Amino acid sequence: MSLLLDVKGVTKRFGGVVANDAVSLSVREGEIAGLIGPNGSGKTTLFSSIVGAHPIDAGAVLYEGRDISALRIAEIARRGLTRTYQQTRIYGQMPVIDNMRISAPDVKEGILPLFRRAGRASEARARDLLSFVGLYEKRDLLAGSLSFGQQKLLEFAMALMSEPKLLLLDEPTAGINPTLINGLIDRLKRANKELGVTLFVIEHNMRVIMNLADRITCLAHGQVLASGTPDEVREDPRVLDAYLGAQ
Amino acid sequence: MKGRAARYAAVAGAGLLVLAAPFLAPAFVTQFTFLWLMIVFALTWDLMGGQLGYNSFGNILFFGIGAYACAVFQRDSGLGYYEALAIGAALGGVLAAAAAAFLGLGILGLRGHYFAIGTLGLGIAAGEIAGGWDYVGAGSGMTVPLFPGALAARSLFFYFTLAALALATFLTLRWLYGTRFGLALNAVRDDEDKAEAMGLYTARLKTAAWSLSAFFLGISGALAGNLIGFIDPRDVAFAGATYGVWMVLMAILGGKGTLWGPVIGAAVFHITQEIFWTYLLGWQRVALGLLIVAIVVFFPQGILGTLREKFPGRFGSKAEVQ
Repeated sequence: MSLLLDVKGVTKRFGGVVANDAVSLSVREGEIAGLIGPNGSGKTTLFSSIVGAHPIDAGAVLYEGRDISALRIAEIARRGLTRTYQQTRIYGQMPVIDNMRISAPDVKEGILPLFRRAGRASEARARDLLSFVGLYEKRDLLAGSLSFGQQKLLEFAMALMSEPKLLLLDEPTAGINPTLINGLIDRLKRANKELGVTLFVIEHNMRVIMNLADRITCLAHGQVLASGTPDEVREDPRVLDAYLGAQ
Repeated sequence: MKGRAARYAAVAGAGLLVLAAPFLAPAFVTQFTFLWLMIVFALTWDLMGGQLGYNSFGNILFFGIGAYACAVFQRDSGLGYYEALAIGAALGGVLAAAAAAFLGLGILGLRGHYFAIGTLGLGIAAGEIAGGWDYVGAGSGMTVPLFPGALAARSLFFYFTLAALALATFLTLRWLYGTRFGLALNAVRDDEDKAEAMGLYTARLKTAAWSLSAFFLGISGALAGNLIGFIDPRDVAFAGATYGVWMVLMAILGGKGTLWGPVIGAAVFHITQEIFWTYLLGWQRVALGLLIVAIVVFFPQGILGTLREKFPGRFGSKAEVQ
């Protein structure tokens, strides 16, 4: 499998705080990669660095072999690299279905396609994806009136609607009803297998990430502590020490 | 389709009323004409403030640019009255749109309150510039050419041209809000960072919206300058304290972010204001001020917004399906 994302020595400072310290990791095409680490270890900052939400201080982010570290967030999104947010971001005053419509991939082409009618295929896809995350019945409600967990699912559906190649998910199961988590893991795996979306997932729920990811990277204090298969990472003493707590 | 037939009947009825109004109530033709102008003000403001979420306090700038551009063209072109007015109005619209596109490069990068404050100075600055610029008459303003006809014909002419402009603005926006461009505007309003992260061309979107808003305002300025007959830099063209504030109020009164809200708001505001002028002369500004406070306190969602909250079913919002 070829590398879809290659993060090379990325450093990001906020004043005197080094949030990411020469972080290097990679995501292979077609896999589900995991990112774990204690609170404040720089996971979300790394996501923001990758998608171009802020400039990085050192290093490079290679996506499909090209350096994207100087590009802005919208330009990176147009190349098929999208993220979701830990604090869910949806368009609250718009109906759920319109949130999906405005996430169609052709809106990334410019403003002229916005005047074209969305094709039948696009409408059908919006409905299918809403069914996929179990929100079809809520399609006419304002997105802001959904519960936090439902907004999280909507944001995931919107991200899939935009047909990314690589999707960065920031704690997809946080705030989701525990009885729905298994269903969500299943949906993430299906999105990966059936829709062919490579996933890179931040997750605090160990059971979820161990089930989900093919490979896991662990961050601590802004540095890469360990990486490998779930079993390798789970048994790495440094990870146990820093993150899971020494026994 | 009974619903459709009723709809066509309502549209036809409203159309007839618009055509017949100046003949049914000839004493009020000028008032009606200004009502059309107010509707254009509220609709174009709401495109930015309501749909895009960018509260502009400087839209009066585009009205003034239209008024001056048209008057200068009428003065210098040497064409006949109607030709000069038509071309001048189009020129006013285009220049206003170009000004919005140019200013948008800088100001539309500001968010929220910063944008509102950034636009606040536009109208004031433009008034000062126009007031000191001899080419456009400086502080003594500009007069427009005399209408070639009787006074009654003049009233009717401006009634119908402004009605046509209000209708054109309304239909354009109605169409626009039905496209995904309209959805994109709302997306920027709800969460601009998200819209950007989803790959939308937010900068182009905002500029296009402001230019469209400015285009119709520019034409309205050209027509209003001719309707009023005299273009004063601070009291007509760049009248921020009156027109500039009213356009915001009317949109909020009727209901921000809706198609009909600004129309309803403009009508209610204009009629109320005329009643105050007639029956509370001397106190009309006080009454207007109190009305503004009452609107903001009791109807923060506007007339349509409040109705929509009370009767969601009538506005196409669906209850939760279990």
